[in-house]
Amino acid sequence: MSENLPADTPTAARALVPAAFGTSTARRGGVVRRLLRNPLGALSAAVLLLIVVAVVLAPLLAPQDPGASSLRDAFAGPSGAHPMGMDSAGRDILSRILHGGRNTLGGALIALGIALALGVPSGLYAGYYGGRFDSAATWAVNLVMSLPAMVVLLASRAILGPNVWVLMIVLGVLAAPSFFRLVRGIVAGVRKELYVDAAKVSGLSDTRIVARHILIVVRGPVIIQVALVAGIAIGLQAGLEFLGVGSGSAPTWGAMLNEAFQNIQRAPLPMLWPGLALGLTNGALVLLAGALRDGLEDRTGHAAKPHRARDRAAAVPSAAADSPAGQRAGLLSVRGLTVAYAQPDGSDKEVVHGVDIDVRAGEIVGLVGESGSGKTQTAFSVLGILPEGGRVSGGSITIKGQEVVGLPERAHRALRGGTVAYVPQEPMSNLDPSFTIGSQLMEPMRHALGISRKEAARRAVDLLRLVEIPDPERVVGLYPHEISGGMAQRVLIAGAMSGDPELLIADEPTTALDVRVQAEILELLRRLQKDRGLGVLLVTHNLGVVADLCDRVAVMNSGRIVETGTTEQVLHAPQDPYTRTLLDAVLDEAPARAPWEPREARSTTA
Amino acid sequence: MLNFIARRIAAGALLLVVISFLSYLLLSIPDVDVGRQLLGQSADQAAVDAKNASLGLDRPVLEQYTDWLMHAVRGDLGTSWFTSEDVGDAVAGRLPVTASLMLGVTLVTTAVSFLLGVWAAVRRGAVDRFVQILGVVGYALPGFLVTLVIVLVFAVNLNWFPAIGYTAFTESPAGWLSTVTLPVLSLSVASVAGVSQQVRGAVIDVLRQDYVRTLRARGLPASRIVLRHVLRNASAPALSVLGMQFVGLLGGAVLVEQIFGLPGIGSMTVTYTARGDIPVIMALVMLTVAGVVLINLLVDIMIGWLNPKARVA
Repeated sequence: MSENLPADTPTAARALVPAAFGTSTARRGGVVRRLLRNPLGALSAAVLLLIVVAVVLAPLLAPQDPGASSLRDAFAGPSGAHPMGMDSAGRDILSRILHGGRNTLGGALIALGIALALGVPSGLYAGYYGGRFDSAATWAVNLVMSLPAMVVLLASRAILGPNVWVLMIVLGVLAAPSFFRLVRGIVAGVRKELYVDAAKVSGLSDTRIVARHILIVVRGPVIIQVALVAGIAIGLQAGLEFLGVGSGSAPTWGAMLNEAFQNIQRAPLPMLWPGLALGLTNGALVLLAGALRDGLEDRTGHAAKPHRARDRAAAVPSAAADSPAGQRAGLLSVRGLTVAYAQPDGSDKEVVHGVDIDVRAGEIVGLVGESGSGKTQTAFSVLGILPEGGRVSGGSITIKGQEVVGLPERAHRALRGGTVAYVPQEPMSNLDPSFTIGSQLMEPMRHALGISRKEAARRAVDLLRLVEIPDPERVVGLYPHEISGGMAQRVLIAGAMSGDPELLIADEPTTALDVRVQAEILELLRRLQKDRGLGVLLVTHNLGVVADLCDRVAVMNSGRIVETGTTEQVLHAPQDPYTRTLLDAVLDEAPARAPWEPREARSTTA
Repeated sequence: MLNFIARRIAAGALLLVVISFLSYLLLSIPDVDVGRQLLGQSADQAAVDAKNASLGLDRPVLEQYTDWLMHAVRGDLGTSWFTSEDVGDAVAGRLPVTASLMLGVTLVTTAVSFLLGVWAAVRRGAVDRFVQILGVVGYALPGFLVTLVIVLVFAVNLNWFPAIGYTAFTESPAGWLSTVTLPVLSLSVASVAGVSQQVRGAVIDVLRQDYVRTLRARGLPASRIVLRHVLRNASAPALSVLGMQFVGLLGGAVLVEQIFGLPGIGSMTVTYTARGDIPVIMALVMLTVAGVVLINLLVDIMIGWLNPKARVA
């Protein structure tokens, strides 16, 4: 019955949903357009709007008074006058659904309003100023979040009486932490951003910064959260009514479900309508939240479809096979390699366009180019470890004469454990943080060589000694976060050596290290290469490293090899203009890479 | 580690005391004449005053609370005002019902969510779409609506399980299983929906890590990398979500126990809060909070065991 509603609820109901869109229309036309173009988003927005309008206009739309009953018609099926049929007391279900929605949605709205009013400002304040308020609020929020809402609501009934409207205020308090945490997290993150610093320096007041720069960032996520919390509030409201906590005669969806459930054996149909109303409303809210999120993040929502044929590309004989490089090398020979990534729209994007490269036994070949030139993609193709969505789309790669393009995963894997080894760029992120150094060295060895645990442990210590790690017996028991970056890189080199490889693919093996350690690691690689007669494909952008280490160089630009030759030829008499720009860049900078200095250190000396 | 556990237990105990204090204070706000309620309108005032005095309600609230706390820490939760039952006994009698639900849901959720989540992340395709849709549905539909549908299908239409009632495990294990299956199923839908999405996300994140590529580069088969390395690293975020789900689960149990007529803590909450029986409500609130604290502690211990970096903290 509408008399039970606080006077302002219908207006508030009208205000809320348009508010979510209103602000969007005003400032984020793009988001709304994207939302409406997303069929699910448009549909759920339409359904929600329809439900809200129908519920708000209930007194006009309902065929009869929701309380009017004619016991003669109890459990009557749907008919022209009563399209949803009659309930156990002979009341028109459609009228009760329409009026019940005012109580259910209105209650949720109160909870939502309270949650927003409490959560957003406190989150803004705590995130922006931090300090004691932040600690206290965070503690209180954690406390509230450890309380099950339904139990608290029932306990509150003992205090506040069986009035669902009042309980919705409690629910608002219980839901406030979800807004607080969201807003606080975003604001604390943004606060450290440079543009906020810039605004501060330029003399803007905190209020203006919050209003101009921070509210904009917070708005989108908060709108999404509103949809989600609204769904939860509606569910809890209906749950309370279902338990009979409600205010008696007024129709609500939860109370209707309860009544229908009592009579489920006589007539199951009356359960359908309030269930449908709840399900549709909440489903629409969640889908709308999802669509809004997609719209704000501007993504299509579906990840690229994986290519089943990823590893199966046929070895396409390419024209490059008999081109300049001539005879194919015995250890590694790449001809006409193309690498493509699947795009969300189903097409392929080629990032490597026909690369030829050779590495002979005992030779170090540098693959040089700036980031994004496709050199790492080339290296990954040889190893068969391209990231998801990427595949070798053409060309030929032979390792010791064996074609690996189109090779079944199992056979390629056997090559990776033994003949070919890989040293990655960033040492720390390439060790599994959850396992000890020893265990990470032993596992692939035991798998590839089928040796016992004890034998693998012995070899692990030997390997660490080989890469000049002091006290290897102790280091095998350490976790990655307990060792330095330089030591981690030695561990990774040890791992690469464990299968006694003939070909080493090193992807920027020193880039992430500081200068002194760089020199040591390069020295180590040189020694291992000499002692074991390794062929090395060294991927780098550092021409200093190339000059130091490599016998031959291939220069890569935008997915193509632009120049190959001996290191001397390429560095002293570059033929290609791109190579010349690379070299000039180094000369300008000289030394090749300035030792890194913390900013503070520099400013104190200045 | 022991130090960490001790600190967490101390923090949990403090939380319990704070919440008990706040609850007691709030519960005492309504100016209800409990003696009058118990003895009825016709009882004479002297008898009502005597009843209130015997319940200790004539004393200031702080004194009442201190008294309650002193007894509670010794394990004496008092007697119900309305039924004169010992609260500890009443709760203990109903705990096994709710505990078996929680245990069942936790096992089902863990097993199914990890299976679905890992599968969805590694294979993508149909299972992935299923997990995503389940996530939306599980989030969108109020738990009790799902429960009603389950009752309608499996108990009313198919008649596979009883729609209502509870058989203790000690009485008949088969009967127990048939009475808890639908409640556990009902509660599991939402938690599987939530947790499997988290597992999926966590596994996808870990699969993108550099060390997974390096492990592949060293010739380890994908299955072994997923089962040993990815699963272990993805478990920590998934477990945190499982712990958070538990709070919601306790609320869900209230409705599910009510719908299936299970004599557990949840249905007890509904009955006793309606009467404002403070000793019982206090015990129920304490039990719920203690349950949440305990689960979060267990989750943190497991995360510490899985993740060596977290052990230091």
